[in-house]
Amino acid sequence: MSFIATPQTMHFPEVLPLQSGASLRDYHLAFETYGTLNADASNAVLVCHALNASHHVAGVYAGQDKSEGWWDNMIGPGKPVDTDKFFVIGVNNLGSCFGSTGPMHLHPDTGEVYGADFPVVTVEDWVNAQARLLDRLGIVQLAAVLGGSLGGMQALSWTLQYPERVRHAVVVASAPNLTAENIAFNEVARRAIVTDPDFHGGHFYRHGVIPKRGLRIARMIGHITYLSDDVMNEKFGRQLREGLDLKYSTQDIEFQIESYLRYQGDKFSEYFDANTYLLITRALDYFDPARGHGGDLTQALARATAKFLLISFTTDWRFSPRRSREIVKALLDNRRRVSYAEIDAPHGHDAFLLDDARYMSVMRYYFDSIAKELA
Amino acid sequence: MTEKTTMQALARMVPPGSRVLDLGCGDGAMLSYLQRERGCSGYGIEIDDANVLACVQRGVDVIQLNLDEGLAMFGDASFDVVLQIDTLQHLRNAEVMLRETARVGRTGVVAFPNFAHWPNRLSVLRGRMPVTRRLPYQWYDTPNIRVGTYKDFEVLALKNHLRVIDAFGLQDGRAVRWCPNALAGTAVFHFEHA
Repeated sequence: MSFIATPQTMHFPEVLPLQSGASLRDYHLAFETYGTLNADASNAVLVCHALNASHHVAGVYAGQDKSEGWWDNMIGPGKPVDTDKFFVIGVNNLGSCFGSTGPMHLHPDTGEVYGADFPVVTVEDWVNAQARLLDRLGIVQLAAVLGGSLGGMQALSWTLQYPERVRHAVVVASAPNLTAENIAFNEVARRAIVTDPDFHGGHFYRHGVIPKRGLRIARMIGHITYLSDDVMNEKFGRQLREGLDLKYSTQDIEFQIESYLRYQGDKFSEYFDANTYLLITRALDYFDPARGHGGDLTQALARATAKFLLISFTTDWRFSPRRSREIVKALLDNRRRVSYAEIDAPHGHDAFLLDDARYMSVMRYYFDSIAKELA
Repeated sequence: MTEKTTMQALARMVPPGSRVLDLGCGDGAMLSYLQRERGCSGYGIEIDDANVLACVQRGVDVIQLNLDEGLAMFGDASFDVVLQIDTLQHLRNAEVMLRETARVGRTGVVAFPNFAHWPNRLSVLRGRMPVTRRLPYQWYDTPNIRVGTYKDFEVLALKNHLRVIDAFGLQDGRAVRWCPNALAGTAVFHFEHA
C-alpha cells in the first residue's frame, strides 16, 4: 500500500485571460502535494496530467486502499520520482471533472451550470493556471516539470511560456502537435458524444441525464488507440466470451475484446463528464507551438532553456517515436541539452503508465541527477 | 576501448571547449571525460538500452538512435568534432556513416580495430581467424561485421574526399607512428571534408 494523499483546493478570484479571448474568474484548482518543499523552494516537481487523469497522481486516500494515484508506480517515497527528495505537485486542469472548475460548475455571472458555455481552454491556458498556483505555493522555479501524452505537451509548453521557471522538462510519449489521424480519432469520439440524444447541446445537466452512450463509444475508440495490435492480440486474441461455439448473432457480445471494450466504456461513462471530454480533446487538437512560427518547430523551441529528457515507446502509434524525435531535433538545432530514450515496449501508448524496467530506470537515474544538483 | 590512456590519446584530437557528437558512445565514459577534462559539450548516440541508462546515470546527454538509420536529425557542420570510436566495425552502412560524420562534423575522429595488426596476420597465415584481446570474438559470433585495415581506411578516405589531418595506430594506449598497419591493434584517423 502506498502513502496517504490529501486533496486540496485553491480559490482564484482574479480573472484568468484565456487564449481564445474569453476568460475565467472565481475559479478553483484541485491539487495534491507530496514530500516537503525545501528551504529555498528549489525541489518542486510539477506533474501534468493527460486526458482522463487528475491531480491525484500518487498515494491513496485515507480509508480507500485501492485509490492509488494514476502515476503511483512512478512517484512516491523511494520511487523513480522520489518524494523523499522532491516536493511533487499534481494539479487538476481547468475544464476537467475531478475537482477544478469545469463545465459542471456554476458560472459566476449567471449562477447557472456552465455546461457547453464553459470556455475552450488550451494547453497554454492550463500552464498559466498552474503557474498561478505555483506563485501561491511560493515556488518561483521548478526543478522539473513532468508529463506523459497531453501532460507532456504541458511540460513542453512550460519551457516556452515560462522558460526561466523550469530547470528540467521530462516529456514522455508526447508530440509537438497532433497528426491529422490523431485529430480524426478525437473527432469521432466527439461526434459520438455530441450526437447522443442525451447530450442536449452540452446542457444535459438541466435535463437530469448523461450522454452515456456517446461517452462509452468515445472511450472505446480511445482505448483501442492507446493499445498496440500485439498487446490486444496477446490479451484477447480471437477468444470468445462464452464457450467454444459461435452464436451467429450480430448484436450480442461474441468476442472477449468486445466485452472488454464495453466494460471500459461503461466504467468511463459513470465518472467522466461529456463536456470535459470535448474540451480536453480540443486542447489536444489545438496544441501546436510551431504554429506561430510558420510551422517551424526549431524556431518555436528557441525560447526553451530547460534541460530535456524525452521518452517514447516503440509500439506507441498514437504518439509515435517519430513525433518525439521531432522535438529532439528541434532542441538539437537550438543546441539545448537533451537526452532521448526510445523504449522497446509492447504496450502502445499505455506504456507510459506501466512498469517497464528500462523506462523506470531512465526516469530514476534522470531524477537522481536532478536531486544531485539540489545538494 | 575506454582505458584511460587510450581515451587520453583520442581526446588530444578534440580541442578544449568543442561541441562533440559521439557516435556509438557506449556508457558515455569518453564524453564524460571530455566534459570534465576539456570543457567540451555535446551528445552521445547509442542504440543499447543499458548504455543509454549508463549515460543518463553519469549525466551525459544521450540520444537513443540506430546509426544504421543515418544522422538526418543533425545539421551540416553542427559539431566541431564527431567521434566514431569502435563504432564503424558494427555498422552495415559504414561508408554512408563515414560521409555523414564528415557532413555533421567540422572534423571527424574514427578509431577501429586494425585487422592487419601482425598477430592477426599470423593467425590468418595459420589458417584461423584471429581471436585476440582486441578482437575477442569467434568468427561466428563477432559483432564486428566490417573487418578492415589501417591501409583500407586510407583508401576509403580518399574515395570519399576526406582530408586526413592525422593518422596513427594505437597499441596499449600509445601512439604507433612507424608502420601502424602492422604494429597497431587500433587504427585512428582524424579527418575533415576536403
